[in-house]
Amino acid sequence: MAETHSLQDMRQQAAVAAKVFIQRDYTNGTVCQFQTKFPSELETRLDKQQFEETVRTLNNLYAEAEKLGSQSYIEGCLACLTAYTVFLCMETHYEKVLKKITKYIQEQNDKIYAPRGLLLTDPIERGLRVVSCTSVSVLAGIYSFLSSLSHVSTGTWILSQTLSSCVDRGHHLRRQKPD
Amino acid sequence: MSAVMITRKVRKWEKLPGKNTFCCDGRVMMARQKGVFYLTLFLIVGTCSLFFAFECPYLAVHLSPTIPVFAIVLFLFVLAMLLRTSFSDPGVLPRALQEEATFIEMEIEAANGNVPAGQRPPPRIRNVQINNQIVKLKYCYTCKIFRPPRASHCSICDNCVDRFDHHCPWVGNCVGKRNYRYFYLFTLSLSLLTIYIFTFDIVHVVMRSVDNGFLNTLKETPGTVLEVLVCFFTLWSVVGLTGFHTYLLSLNQTTNEDIKGSWSGKNRVQNPYSHKNIIKNCCEVLCGPTYPSVLDRRGLTQEDLPVPVASAAPSSSSSSSSPVPQTTHAVLCLQKTKAPLIPNKRTPDDAKPSIAASAQKSPSPKEENPPAPKAPPLASPEMDVETSINKDKTH
Repeated sequence: MAETHSLQDMRQQAAVAAKVFIQRDYTNGTVCQFQTKFPSELETRLDKQQFEETVRTLNNLYAEAEKLGSQSYIEGCLACLTAYTVFLCMETHYEKVLKKITKYIQEQNDKIYAPRGLLLTDPIERGLRVVSCTSVSVLAGIYSFLSSLSHVSTGTWILSQTLSSCVDRGHHLRRQKPD
Repeated sequence: MSAVMITRKVRKWEKLPGKNTFCCDGRVMMARQKGVFYLTLFLIVGTCSLFFAFECPYLAVHLSPTIPVFAIVLFLFVLAMLLRTSFSDPGVLPRALQEEATFIEMEIEAANGNVPAGQRPPPRIRNVQINNQIVKLKYCYTCKIFRPPRASHCSICDNCVDRFDHHCPWVGNCVGKRNYRYFYLFTLSLSLLTIYIFTFDIVHVVMRSVDNGFLNTLKETPGTVLEVLVCFFTLWSVVGLTGFHTYLLSLNQTTNEDIKGSWSGKNRVQNPYSHKNIIKNCCEVLCGPTYPSVLDRRGLTQEDLPVPVASAAPSSSSSSSSPVPQTTHAVLCLQKTKAPLIPNKRTPDDAKPSIAASAQKSPSPKEENPPAPKAPPLASPEMDVETSINKDKTH
């Protein structure tokens, strides 16, 4: 039992080590922007240019969503005049851009990150606080290794139990046999 | 006693930590104490009904029919703004999941280095530079995140709210980034409505007194007295509040920042969020983009429920009528629940950490469910000098 506990601890630590969180960049205020600094954990897995390109495009998309331009003012005034009931039938500009962002992240995962065993999560699922990059292949590798270990150990135990019971039986039969 | 695990789909709002109440299957989100909100609703609806009943027939005939029409439009606008402020998500930031919290803890430990035993660790603060001003980001021990700038933790709702203004009991909800404009429009339109009703009450009384006499007028329309009283007292408070919020709006400040004096005083940092232009500041808050809710309240998630497998289990509504046969007993998985399933409304204080833990674990049923990891011990707020001083300050 202690064996399984330590294996599960290793799994948990592996899960923790396999995630990298890209934090928000607040240097331009409260606008949603993410840090373009390349995390050191991904140095061996991913090209720096590609990572920066992804984060920069995400930042541009969020900037487009939160842009204070004539379109957002018109939308705001129209909504106010209708006591915001217009949003029951119409999607806001921000929501439209969020859908674009989800599509972009999916595209990036399929093209660039999944072949390298990585997975980006959409920041909207984390409250627009972080972009998390999970190392899927490492996890899968560790899980399969650990589960195979546990299978091997269980198998060995069963084998040993069976063998010992056979040996006991053999001894028992020999004793019973008249010489 | 062994238990059978059955998985059912629940909406995410049922598993959200915090002290909010949800209605209409997660579409409506409010604070727990709603008594004052009902009072607000009653006062507005009651006073307007009296106005429509007593004053409007006379004024429509003797002055103009547009008077009641405009009153109706204004009344509907006030109600719409009030309900929108009360029922919407103010901009609640979801709490960090276990992995994110552990990652942040590890970063903090790495930054702090080795603290000698017996000494308090330094306060958990991150400095960021916004528009050439240094702003401190504080760590929230409840939500396990570094709060974004302008966010604050509401102790009544037990949530971190983005661009936290204040918790308004009259509206029954926090006022934050997502519903500040509705709150402002509510106070503005309510001031207009109060002034409108007050003015036309006086006009009506004067016009009628000329014909019938003052006392007779009051006898014919007793509602007027009540309306005038309510409007008189409401006027001072609501008009004052509107003026105060107009001032804050022009400076792009929140009530929270104003009370704490974050941007006032000579040696303090100047407000880095202000555009230094009154019109631009007002436009940004009132006509800026409408931020979506980052709390996925109506999303579906899985929940494991224990169903006790005993011969006499009549009250269990989800189990079948016939008891599970003995032969399948051994095959069914035997598991114990990690935390009691207490719905949002009746969260006792001592079960709060376990609720947070189970809420964090349940949205990810596909991942393995390991036991509590051996992460570095999470510091409690009492160990941090600054938070304990701040706790006294806010109360």
